[in-house]
Parts: sequence; C-alpha cells; structure tokens
Amino acid sequence: MKTRYSYGGDEHIFVECDEEMSLEAFFKSLSMATAIKKAKIKGVTEICPANASMQVKFDPDVIKPADMLKEIKAIEKAAAKAKPVIKSRIIEIPVYYNDPWTHETLMRFRERHQDPTSTDIEYTARINNLDGVDGFIKAHSGAPWFVSMVGFVAGLPFLYQMVDRKRQIQSPKYLRPRTDTPKLTVGHGGCFGAIYSVRGAGGYQMFGITPVPIYDPSQKIKHLRDFMCLFRPGDIVKWKPIGREEYDATVAAVDKGKFNLKMKDVTFDLNEFKKDMDGYNAKLMGALNGR
Amino acid sequence: MAVKVIKPGLSTTVQDLGRPGYYNIGIPLSGGMDRLALKAANLLVGNKEGAAVLEAVFMGPELQFTEDATVAVTGAELPPRVNGEARETWTSFKVKKGQTLSFDFLKKGARAYIAISGGIDVPVVLGSRSTYTLGALGGFKGRKLEAGDKLPVGKGRAAREGRTIPEKLRRGIGTPAELRMLPGLYWHRITAEAGRHFFADTWKVAPEADRIGYRFRGGKPLEFVPREQPFGAGSDPSNIVDACYPYGSIQVPGGTEPIVLHRDAVSGGGYFMVGTVIASDMDLIGQLQPHTPARFVEVTMAQALKARKDQAKLYDKIKSSL
Repeated sequence: MKTRYSYGGDEHIFVECDEEMSLEAFFKSLSMATAIKKAKIKGVTEICPANASMQVKFDPDVIKPADMLKEIKAIEKAAAKAKPVIKSRIIEIPVYYNDPWTHETLMRFRERHQDPTSTDIEYTARINNLDGVDGFIKAHSGAPWFVSMVGFVAGLPFLYQMVDRKRQIQSPKYLRPRTDTPKLTVGHGGCFGAIYSVRGAGGYQMFGITPVPIYDPSQKIKHLRDFMCLFRPGDIVKWKPIGREEYDATVAAVDKGKFNLKMKDVTFDLNEFKKDMDGYNAKLMGALNGR
Repeated sequence: MAVKVIKPGLSTTVQDLGRPGYYNIGIPLSGGMDRLALKAANLLVGNKEGAAVLEAVFMGPELQFTEDATVAVTGAELPPRVNGEARETWTSFKVKKGQTLSFDFLKKGARAYIAISGGIDVPVVLGSRSTYTLGALGGFKGRKLEAGDKLPVGKGRAAREGRTIPEKLRRGIGTPAELRMLPGLYWHRITAEAGRHFFADTWKVAPEADRIGYRFRGGKPLEFVPREQPFGAGSDPSNIVDACYPYGSIQVPGGTEPIVLHRDAVSGGGYFMVGTVIASDMDLIGQLQPHTPARFVEVTMAQALKARKDQAKLYDKIKSSL
C-alpha cells in the first residue's frame, strides 16, 4: 500500500491509501478519518472516509493548506499502528431479486447495456461463471458485505463482498449511465454493491430491490428516527432473498410503522477475518440470528 | 408574514450558505451557487449575510407579498418589477402588502438571488435552510417552488430602499469565462499532451449544467497513460476505485466531457479527476449559461490563496459601501 496525497483545490486534501481496493486500504482510510476527527484540528469542516481513500475539507483562512497537509501526514503515521478492529453492526436487508420494477427499468435502457439480449443478473452471472439466476442469488446472498463507503447521494452504501478476491462478483457499469433507477435498487459496479437511496441516474447493474428504506429526510420511519441515513462505514450487510409476498408484506409493515430492522452490534477484526473468512462470516451471521 | 408563489419560475429554491458536516454520508453542502451574490442580497435588505433567500435559475418567479418588506435582487441580471413597475438589480426596494414581485427576461448570468427582509423562514434541517432537491431535504418541503406555495418569512428590521452596490463591485464574467484550477488528484492518469490541450482548448458549457455539476463540451478528448486497471476500479481507463469528490473537482468520464461538481455535488464515485476549480471561482460557475465558452486556467496554490484574499477584499468593499 502506497499513500498518495493531493490537494483538491484550496479547500481539500485528498489521500489515496491505495490504488486498488482491499479491506486493508479501507481500514487505513477509516482509521485516519477517525484519528483526524479526534485531533479536532481547527478549520476542518468535513472528514470523509471512502473505499480506499479519504478526504478532508478545511478552511484555508483558518489553517494554511501546507500546515493541514503536515497534520494529516503526522496522523497517518500514528493511524498506521492502529489495530484493524472496529465496533460494527450486522444488518439484515431483504432483497427481492429479479423484481418487476428494476426489470422494467433495465428493459427501458437496454441499448445502453453491454448485452442487450439478457438481463443484468443473467449477464453478471455469465461473466462470473455462476450457474444462472439461481446460482447468482446464492453467490450474492451467501456471504455478508462490508460497507466501505457511504455517499454518492445521501446515505447510499458502497458494499464490498466479504469473500476471497477470486470469488468476488465483478461487473462493469452500463456503457452509458441510465437516467433512471428505482429507489432502493440493489445494484453493482466494478467490485462494489450498492443500494440506491433515492431515485435517479445510475450506471450500476440492477439485481433487485429492497423493501427496507435506508434514507428518510422526514425521519418518520421507525429505524430512521434517530438519524435520516441508516448506514455508516464499517457496517456489515447480510442480504436475505425474498419473494413478492414477503416484499409486499414488508412494505406494508414499514408503512404502518411495524417493521423491525434486524440488526446486532458486533466487533469486526480484520486479522481474524483473514485467517478464516467463511468461518468468521458464519459467526457474524450467527450473531445476527441470536446464536 | 408570508410570500405567496403565483408562478414558480423554472427552478427556484430556498438557499442559504449551506449545510457543512454531512458530506461523509453523501449529503452535500448545498446553499447558493453564487455565495457572494447571496450575501450581498442579504446585506442590502438588512439581513444577516447567511439568511435564506430564493435562488432563481434563468427565469424569475412571480411572488405576492402579504406584508410590507424590503427586497433586493443580485447575481444574474434578472430585472425585477413591482406591480409591473421596473426596479434596479443590486439595489434595495420596497414591496408593499398585496403587491406582486415579477421579473423580466434574463439579460446576463444564470442565477438571481432574491433576498427578502427577515429571510425565508423554512425549518432548519441539519443546520441549514438550503434545499437539496436530490435528497428531498431542507428548503421548502425539500423541493423547488410550485405555484400556490406559501413561503414563511421571518421577522427582521427591514433596511431602507435605495441602498445599492456600485457596479464596479459586481463581479463580471469574461469571454471566454476563465476557471482557475489547481491540477492534481488523478492528473497523472492523462498524457502530457492531453494536459496541454486541456488548458489550451476552449470548452463550452453543456445543457447538462445544474446545482450538482456543470458539464463542458468541445475540447479534444483526453488520452490516458496506459495501465493495468487496479482491482475494483472498473475496466474503463477513466475509472478509479470509487473515491471522494472534492467540491469543484473536475471529473472527465471516458476522457471526453469535463464535469465540475458544484454545491449539490455527488460526494463520491468512480471517475478520475484532473484537478479542482479554486473556491474563489465557484461563484462564477453558478452564473454561466449553457453554450458559454470557457477555459480552464492552471494556477498554483499560492495563486489560489491570493485569489481568496482578493475575493475577501471585494466582499469587505461591498460591506463598507453600504
């Protein structure tokens, strides 16, 4: 891992922890962001950790860019010693794969796709050597995913599949981005999964939809009363495949304020995870199910 | 007091100086795209510089007042009328109870700031009254104005009419518009030749220009330095592992059309960026109409900081002129 620094104009410092994605690079980004927050440097207005990089926005009238850079570089050294262990939450997100709404949308934008003759799931299954739609759902929902960034639009989680690199699902973005994506679409681009928090443009492959709201600016939905965005970096997501009936029932429960989000506090230890990924994931999912 | 929206204009939103602190979860700063004009409008009517105003794009709204108020219109040259009678921009004027504020066609610039004494009093959400339409957050019900809306206006001492900001203190737009930028971020991804023509070429503002970002068209495509794409980045040479996007950063998807992210920026994504427009020139971008010719001008950090000082001085002069 080689850290690279750059100014983003006169108000940002951009830190690339690594060119390529890995959980190590994510942990470096997160631990630097946490340490910068703790340091309470005057003039800092935003601290944004991302997948394998991070960014600080500051007021150069309060602290000179060169001094800000020095502060961050000093923090990088200290952060490098931090243990890759974080307090996390595992959250179950039901997914209705192959749903009619993303299907209607993907058909509408077919000419912008790599393979206009198949659906996004069929295409992604094929290029990842998975056994059709069923094989895809099994691979996609089999292991948990790590929230390695929140952003793009309000509350949208970027998700990194917690399996060996060779088993990670990869898929290109659309040739030209769509102008429409249904709200709560479960999508995928490069090695990252995502849940679209709002309806809008998008370039990720579309696999399904979740009935669970993840962003509510009115803060009326039960699990979003404390804060309008559900996800934060370091959360862990477990997909639960559901059908139309459960989808409709969950939507109705959310509307009536009767939906209870399944979520448990856990500790995530990167080194332990790397020793035995499948075993570690099984323990995480056990915690989710109260075992 | 309240202001009734008779006609909403094209895209009129409530904006103040924005909502810092939530970019890490994808909620952008928002706020007026031309911050200097927004602050000037507030000072003219006797508000604090960061009170909430209306930002009108290309076309003005039609507003009916339920109480007397002082109003000022700054930024774009969008001439106001009170009950059909012409009023000056950059100058405070009275609107009486029952009167209607309307606007002529846009003459120059892109965004007008309409300040009303007392300030627009929509609820404060996450520290700001600004509208973030993509997230349906803040402002008036999280959206642009519609006919029939009743905008709450706060109580405040209204300034007298006839206060004006001299013409020499209103920032103009050159031709082509010059956007000063600090190269960096992923600049190393393009060839030296591509770097040269990026600055040499004249670009034009594309029709896809809004509060999220401004797209530019017309320069030569940028050539990339060949590399094996890093894991997770995606296969296009313009792809990177999804990262944070600074405000003002210039991404060039596919190497063809630069996009400068603005106040409602998407907070991150997978396209490489060649650098960042300096903070002092962000206001200027907010006043560019589609098809306006523009050039990117390379500056150093020292020059960027000098530009900040110059802009702060300009604002001080505006304040002391009142």
